[in-house]
Amino acid sequence: MNEMSAGLRDLRIALVGNPNCGKTALFNTLTGSRQRVANYPGVTVERKEGSFVSPGGRRVRLLDLPGTYSLRARSPDEVVTRDVVLGQQAGVAPPDLLVCVADATNLRLGLRLILELKQAGRPLLVALNMFDIARHRGIEVDVERLSALLGLPVVTTVAVRRGGTEALLAAIDAQAPVGEGEAAWSAPDAAGLRALQREADRILAAVVRVPDRRDAVTRRLDAVLLHPVAGLVILLVVLFLMFQAVFAWAQPAMDLIDAGFQALGAMVGGLLPEEGPGGLLRSFLHDGLIAGVGSVLVFLPQILVLFLFILLLEDFGYMARAAFLMDRIMGGAGLHGRAFIPLLSSFACAIPGIMSTRVIDSRRDRLATILVAPLMTCSARIPVYTLIIGAFVPDRPVGEGAWSWVGLQGLVMFGLYAAGILSALGMSFVFKRLLWRGQPTEPFMLELPDYKLPRLRNLALGLWQRAKAFLRRAGTIILSIMVVIWFLSSVPRPPEGATQPAIEYSFAYSIGQAVEPLLRPIGFNWQIGVALIPGMAAREVAVASLGTVYAVQDAEEDTAQLGQALAGRWSLATALAFLAWYVFAPQCVATLSVIRRETGGQRWMWFSFGYMLALAYLAAFVTYQVARALGVG
Amino acid sequence: MSFIADAVLTEPSAALDLGAAPRGFRGRIRGLRAFASGGLPAEELERRLLELGFVEGAEVELLHQGLFGRDPIAIRVDSATIALRRREAAAVLVEPI
Repeated sequence: MNEMSAGLRDLRIALVGNPNCGKTALFNTLTGSRQRVANYPGVTVERKEGSFVSPGGRRVRLLDLPGTYSLRARSPDEVVTRDVVLGQQAGVAPPDLLVCVADATNLRLGLRLILELKQAGRPLLVALNMFDIARHRGIEVDVERLSALLGLPVVTTVAVRRGGTEALLAAIDAQAPVGEGEAAWSAPDAAGLRALQREADRILAAVVRVPDRRDAVTRRLDAVLLHPVAGLVILLVVLFLMFQAVFAWAQPAMDLIDAGFQALGAMVGGLLPEEGPGGLLRSFLHDGLIAGVGSVLVFLPQILVLFLFILLLEDFGYMARAAFLMDRIMGGAGLHGRAFIPLLSSFACAIPGIMSTRVIDSRRDRLATILVAPLMTCSARIPVYTLIIGAFVPDRPVGEGAWSWVGLQGLVMFGLYAAGILSALGMSFVFKRLLWRGQPTEPFMLELPDYKLPRLRNLALGLWQRAKAFLRRAGTIILSIMVVIWFLSSVPRPPEGATQPAIEYSFAYSIGQAVEPLLRPIGFNWQIGVALIPGMAAREVAVASLGTVYAVQDAEEDTAQLGQALAGRWSLATALAFLAWYVFAPQCVATLSVIRRETGGQRWMWFSFGYMLALAYLAAFVTYQVARALGVG
Repeated sequence: MSFIADAVLTEPSAALDLGAAPRGFRGRIRGLRAFASGGLPAEELERRLLELGFVEGAEVELLHQGLFGRDPIAIRVDSATIALRRREAAAVLVEPI
C-alpha cells in the first residue's frame, strides 16, 4: 500500500454536516493539533484546515466546513459550504471526497442533507457519528441496509474515542483522487425539500429502530434548565459564576506571571547602567519592553478562564438553551435570538463575536448585532477593570453570613458587565427604531442539541487556539504599540540637571497636555490622555501605557504596584469615570477592521466608532460629575 | 402522501396550528400553511420549516415554552428538538394524537 500511494498527491477531503453533528470533534480527532485557522479569500468565513497521514500512508488534507442544514445557502458561512461542495469556491480545489457527518442519534435532518449532497454528484462518504451514544440509547441502525438504500458507502464513527475513526480511515484509504470539475446542482424548492425529507423518512423507517423515548439525561436537564423561571435564574447564576471564576481562579497564575516579569525586569535592570547612553537602552528594555509585555501577558489566565467557560457551555450544548431563554429579552431589544451567541462570544473578544454573527441570515439583524457586539465587555477590558477595581474597590465580602462568599470586587465587575449588556440591548433598540424604523426581526429557529459531556481534548485544542491568538496579538500589535508609547514618553530625554520628572520633557507630555482640556470635564488627567490614545489601538494597552507613563515618571517606584500608584494619584471620581469610559470605549483597531470587512464598507465602521466615542465621553462625564457632587471628587 | 397536505390546505379547520398549542401537546403534522413572516416571504418560511424537519406526517411535541408570552417554544420533531416562536409555529398545522 505504502509504495503504491507514495507517489500520489495529497487527498483532499471536506467534512460537511448539520450543526451539532460532532463534525468538529471528528476534525479534531483526525488532525489533532495539526490544524490551521485562516479565512477564505475575500470573505471572513473561518477556514479550518488540518492534515494527517492515513494508516495506509496517504497524506490527507482535511477541510472542516461550516455546519448547514441545506446547500441552499442563506448566510455567508453556508455559501462557503455550498461552493466548496460544488467545487466553485475560489482558492479551494474541489475535494476528492466529501465526508458527510451525520449524528446517529438524530439522523433525520442529516439524512436529508445527504440526499441533497448526493444530487450534487460529488464523491460522498457517510460517517454516522456518535454511534456509541446511539447504541447506548438503544437506537439500532442497519448500516449495511442504509448503505444499500443510499447507494453510498457508510461508516460508523465515535469521534471522541481512540480507535473510533478506524472504519473512516480505512474508507479514506480506499478512496482514489478524482478529477476536477464542477457539480451540477440547483437549489430545491419547497416541493423538492419535502420530497427529499420524505425519502429520508422512508429510508429511516427501513433502517433505524428507535426506542420511543428522548435522551433521558437531556429530558431531565431541560426540565430544569429550560424551565421558564428556574431556567432564567440558572442562566444568570452561570454567568455570575463565570465572572467570579475569572477573578478567583486566575489569580495564582497571574501572580506567578507578574512575579516572573518583575524578576526578569530586575535582572535586566541590574545589568545595565542607569545613566549615560546605556540608560536609554535600559529604560527601553526595562520600562518599555518587559513592563509592557508583562502587563498584558498577565491577563492570559483570565482570558483562558473565560474562554474555558464559553467552550464548556458550547460543547455541553447549553449555548443554544441560553439563546432560547434569552430570545424574548433580545427580541424586545430588537435583536434576533441567535444574536445571543455572538454577543456572548463578544465577552471574550468582539472579533470572534462579530464574525459569528454570520449565523444570522438577515442582513439588518446581523448589522444590529455587529454594531452592539463591541459593547459587550471583551476580555481586553478585563485588564483595565481589574487594575482600577483592585486599586479602588476594597477586597472584602459584600456582607455578613449568607453574603460572605460574594466579593465586593467581583460584584463591581459584574456590575460593569451588566452595564455593557444593558447598553448593548438599549442601543440595539435605538438602532432598530432610528435606522430601520421597526422592521420585523427574522424568525428565530434553532435546533437544541442533546447535552453532551465536553471532551478534554476538544477543550484543550480550543483553549490552545485562543491562547495562541492572544499571544500573537500581544507579540505583534500590542508590543509594537508599547514600543511607540515608550518612545513618546521617554524621548526627548531630560536635559542635564533637570528638576522635573523625566516624562515632562517627552512627546507624551505634550500630547497629554494638548488633549487635557478636552478630558478635564470627565475627570481625566494628562496621563490618562496619554494612555487613552494607544488604548484605542488595543484596549488592554491602556494599562501597560499607564504603567509606562507612571513608571517613567517615578523611577524609584518601578517595583511598586501600578494599582497603588494610581490609588495615590487618582480621586475615586476619576477612577469611576475611567471605568465608565471603558464600558463604552471605542473598540480596538482590529475590531474596527473586522466591522469594515463584515459590513462591506467604511460607513458602519466609522458609525460604530463615533457612537461609542460619544457614549464613552457622555458616560464618563456623567459619572465624574455625579461622583463629585456626591463628594468623592 | 401529498394528498393529505392538499386536503388540509383546502380545509384548514380540520387541524390546529402548532403556534396555539399548549405545553405538553402531542400531535402529527398535517400540513404547512406558510405566510410571510419576519420579513421572509411565505415560500422561504416554508422551506426553512421543512429544512428543520417540519414535514407532513412527522410527530411533534411541545416540550418547553418561555416565560414571557409563553414564547419561544421548543418542539420535539421526531429525533430533533427545535426552538422557534409561536408566530412562526402557527404555520405548522397539526392534529392531536
